[in-house]
Amino acid sequence: MQDKIFRTILILSAIIIPIIGGGIIYSLTEDASSAFEEFGFWNFIFSDDWNYTPGKESYGALPFITGTLLTTFLALIFCIPFSLPVALFVGEYFRGTKIATALSTVTDLLAGIPSIIYGLWGFYALRPIFMELEISPQGSGILTAAFVLAIMIVPYAASLSSEFIKMVPSELKEGAYAMGATRAEVIRRVVFPMAGSGVFSAYILAIGRALGETMTVTMLIGNTNQVPDSLTTTGNTMASIIANQFGEADGLKLSSLIAIGLILFLITAIINMIGKILIRRAQHV
Amino acid sequence: MKKMYAFAAALLALTLGACSGQKTANGRESVELTGAGATFPLPFYTMTFDNYNAAHGDKVSYGGIGSGGGVRNLKDGIVDFCGSDAFLSDEEMKEMKPVVHVPTCMGAVVLAYNLPGVEKLNLSGDVIADIFAGKITKWDDARLKELNPDVKLPSQNIMPVYRSDGSGTTFIFTDYLSKVSENWKTNYGSGKSVNFPVGQAAKGNPGVAGIIGNTQYTIGYIGSEYAFAQKIAYANVKNKRGEMITPSTESISAAAGEIPQDTRCSITDADAAGAYPISCFTWLIIYQEQNYSNRSLEQAQATLDLLQYMLTDSVQQTTATVHYAPLPKKAVELSRQNLKTVTYNGQAILK
Repeated sequence: MQDKIFRTILILSAIIIPIIGGGIIYSLTEDASSAFEEFGFWNFIFSDDWNYTPGKESYGALPFITGTLLTTFLALIFCIPFSLPVALFVGEYFRGTKIATALSTVTDLLAGIPSIIYGLWGFYALRPIFMELEISPQGSGILTAAFVLAIMIVPYAASLSSEFIKMVPSELKEGAYAMGATRAEVIRRVVFPMAGSGVFSAYILAIGRALGETMTVTMLIGNTNQVPDSLTTTGNTMASIIANQFGEADGLKLSSLIAIGLILFLITAIINMIGKILIRRAQHV
Repeated sequence: MKKMYAFAAALLALTLGACSGQKTANGRESVELTGAGATFPLPFYTMTFDNYNAAHGDKVSYGGIGSGGGVRNLKDGIVDFCGSDAFLSDEEMKEMKPVVHVPTCMGAVVLAYNLPGVEKLNLSGDVIADIFAGKITKWDDARLKELNPDVKLPSQNIMPVYRSDGSGTTFIFTDYLSKVSENWKTNYGSGKSVNFPVGQAAKGNPGVAGIIGNTQYTIGYIGSEYAFAQKIAYANVKNKRGEMITPSTESISAAAGEIPQDTRCSITDADAAGAYPISCFTWLIIYQEQNYSNRSLEQAQATLDLLQYMLTDSVQQTTATVHYAPLPKKAVELSRQNLKTVTYNGQAILK
């Protein structure tokens, strides 16, 4: 009897999450439909016209899609020189030592810091430096946002990568050492080929995190609704335009914002799925 | 397990005890009122609703979700009243059942700037419009020099800052710019969100003030209630009569000139002596027919009691303590008349 009750509860709670997930997709699609109907799906994605003026209302997602992809891509590039050394340090060079444990704990701590704090740091510490160095006159922009995003995703990339690096069989490494390979050679010829797809998937998952980051980006990107024409100009991302505009939005504008939300949802879902598939493959090797 | 039940029961009893069985000052069952909307008057509302609760017993909760969100909530019938910095347009009024606008206090939009060594800056409407349109790009532009003959203006690029979120503050500011600049009106217009051609944007008054605070040569617009409470430099603006006016409680109140019966009017660029030209009302909006979404008569009476309380002299006197300006007598008088038209099942609630 008790077993039966337990089973029913288990099944019920297992079903709830997929139902909620499906409900989110359904309501997003439902509310976004009027924007897609008005502008056409592809036209909505590729139009850079974002105009609030009543009567001339026109909404296109291109400035925000480019803003999101640019910041995410840049953040990924900036993140590699921070996260890869940490992963190698923890997973290979100083594996199992106290200092490696300390380093990995600190890196993991970075993941727990709320994004508003990264935003504040970027706003009050990093922005003045960007202005001081005359990288951009206003300090905020794509580059500033991407830089802080990079630091935010370091823990995600580093800790998962180091797990995969640790998984490389020691027989292989010992074999390489026995043949007189240096440490650098072992890493280049043995560790990377073995752990490569796992490390790659770690970065894919880190991208997934950077795509949807809202608060930090809103504080640092300058929030101008244009397709960015250089890295130092201001821009806007899909997440930040929604956070900025939903409060006073209704009608077509609200529907367009929800449509952007749907596109962001799809992009994030696809990227995460790719990451998951790659991880599964890496674990089978 | 038993302990948990007992705890839940105690909690339930507490909540029930809190909402029922208490009488208000005028003998009616006390109720809970909900409102939502504009964030601009939030500090004033928080203070006043607390005082009202203490004095009258009705609990009022107000969510600062933005004017647009508030109006949407009222349309959905899930709130007793909504707050808005912009009065409903004729088109918006057509989409809804009849509503009553009640102004509650006045505020303004000020131009904050960051110019090292410049204590006082004078601006005029056309110059502000051209700065935000990207036509005036240098601080030592001839037109700025003409307005500020005694000030040494640096030869630096002007960096405008505007609001990234939809906001009543942006509406009032762009409404003013549209009145004083034909170019602004045709190219950018007025609204809660406007496509500014130059500069950068930040979220909320704190965001804009934050950027101005730590970035030299910036200029941006901020709600007066926020600017007055902060140590931030803001400019004088020339009004319609050619007077250079410093934004203050007095100069904001002076901007309310002629007010129509329904109090829906824009008072930017007011033609009045001593008027700060970028001033505004903020309103609470309720349905004229109060029986909607199964609301009780008590609920309707409480809504009106609250609004009447907001209009009293003693409450209006407190506006300045939280950096707003009191309503002119005329607005109070008109609002009292308008509240008399509010009904429940077609019967006037106030006698």
